[in-house]
Amino acid sequence: MKNVVVLVEQGDNRLMDVSLEMLQKATKLAAVLGGNVSAILIGNQCKDLAEELILYGASKVFLIEDSRLQLYQSGPYIRITADIISDISPEIVLIGGTSIGMDIAPRVAAMLRTGLTSHCVDLYIEKIEGKDQLVHIVPGWKGNMMIKIICPERRPQMATVRPGVMEKGKPDYSRRGEIVSISPEIRDDFKAKTLEMVCEGEERSLDDADIVVSGGYGLYSAGGFELVEGLADAINGEVAGTRPAFDQGWIPESRMIGQSGKTVKPKLFVSIGASGAMHYTTGFSKSKVVVGIDKNPKASIFNVSDLGVVGDLEKIVPCLIEELKK
Amino acid sequence: MSLNIIVCIKQVPDPEHFDKISIDPGTGSIQREGIPSITNPLDRNAIEEALRKKEEFGGTVTVLTMGPPQAKKSIEDALAMGADVGAILCDGAFAGADTLSTACVLSGGIRSLGDFDLILCGSETVDGATGHVAAQLAEFLNIPHVTFARRINVINEETAIVERSIENGYLRVEVKLPAVISVLKSINKYRLPTVMGIMEAAGKEIVELGHSACELVGITGDEIGLKGSPTRVLEVFESPQRRNVEMIGGKPEEIARRLVRRLYELEAL
Repeated sequence: MKNVVVLVEQGDNRLMDVSLEMLQKATKLAAVLGGNVSAILIGNQCKDLAEELILYGASKVFLIEDSRLQLYQSGPYIRITADIISDISPEIVLIGGTSIGMDIAPRVAAMLRTGLTSHCVDLYIEKIEGKDQLVHIVPGWKGNMMIKIICPERRPQMATVRPGVMEKGKPDYSRRGEIVSISPEIRDDFKAKTLEMVCEGEERSLDDADIVVSGGYGLYSAGGFELVEGLADAINGEVAGTRPAFDQGWIPESRMIGQSGKTVKPKLFVSIGASGAMHYTTGFSKSKVVVGIDKNPKASIFNVSDLGVVGDLEKIVPCLIEELKK
Repeated sequence: MSLNIIVCIKQVPDPEHFDKISIDPGTGSIQREGIPSITNPLDRNAIEEALRKKEEFGGTVTVLTMGPPQAKKSIEDALAMGADVGAILCDGAFAGADTLSTACVLSGGIRSLGDFDLILCGSETVDGATGHVAAQLAEFLNIPHVTFARRINVINEETAIVERSIENGYLRVEVKLPAVISVLKSINKYRLPTVMGIMEAAGKEIVELGHSACELVGITGDEIGLKGSPTRVLEVFESPQRRNVEMIGGKPEEIARRLVRRLYELEAL
């Protein structure tokens, strides 16, 4: 059977969105291959989450619970993942393109001596020279290009998936599946031992925002970032920005949009004072409606906007805030 | 105590010029003529971190790259920043490598150069941007790795404490040395080569390593270059993000009124 495995990530006793996004994609890939979806869940006391994974499409959940695995421990997490994959020889392995997923996936791929792609934004099966191949679509050259990659001979085909890009499925309460509890044999695995996790308080998350207002360097001459904050306030949106906005210290790194930052897909994305470099626009290209506001009529932001406004930001944005308050 | 540190670096096309790249309609391959090469910016942070650790504890800093002959420029640059020894893995047999075979060849280079306490890399390059190599290199060297380091505190020759970034904070990780650690931009501000540094660099050694160096440490021909690379690029195409824009003009008040009305019509508000 040609199965698909998803390595699931959890924290604070909830599944991360990217895990559910991958499960939905895995379900579709497995249907094409005529196989099933298995999930691997590692942590401490997370059986409830294993059951939730079944509702989202996993036929089988490999559940590894141990108090020593409460925090991410690279040694055991990686070895356990590689062992399960070796045992069940799936066709495809998907891992979240999160900071932890990006720590696990390359080393597992190297252990298995197989191919891995990074930050996939789409995945599909195509028959190439008579063989089912997973086509990985990854952004390249800072998002200026898209690249199709395959792993023609070796198996499994491994990919990390960019969070926030693929669709999340809905739980199906009629689904049944199997939970396989594995007690890990934890050997001398703690050569890199996580001692503690320190949270640095991310107030609200960009991920689920319906409205995102994002600012770029063009605000520098327009008197600063307050315009973005004011507009976000008026429409109950979240504040974000470009890399130059981050470099200016206007936003924290967690609010930087683009290739090396966040991907968002809100109902409304408003970009103010950003010229629209590809590595920025790739971070919001799946938004429902995009509004571009910039003083330069030739700015490439207007190529990726549904509604465009050219003019002085310090005149237009306050009027917009005024109008929205009505 | 003293630390022998090796930094793996890569010469990459300058991302400031990525808008100049295009696809050759005939061959379907990337046209990157006229794009200058630079040392991958995060690799400079890795070099800087190595130099600071050497300044603190004594020891040596070696820089290693795999690439075509012109990649030597990046090694010279690192030597001018203050690294002691440079090495380049340069061989036609290495061409076409994906991250797996790159990591394998780098591990061969490191083994043939000697024993190191710390192996540093940038977290990712601006071109491939996979972020794979550090963890894969550690696998080939059979030592632990820590990625996305924003702070490295070396305790003694056996142990370092690393602050490793995660989405909402960081993990404090105790790692046994030798280890591979990949660094983020926020770890330091890297120095630029001084005139003095450039003059001194001219007298420093650059070791040239080919596939035979890898074979000597047990890497086979099947593991290097295209043959050792499981992945293949099928096609490159331009990013399909384009939308049909509706421009809204007029006086600011008028623009605001019309824009808000359109947003309601589009059910975006």
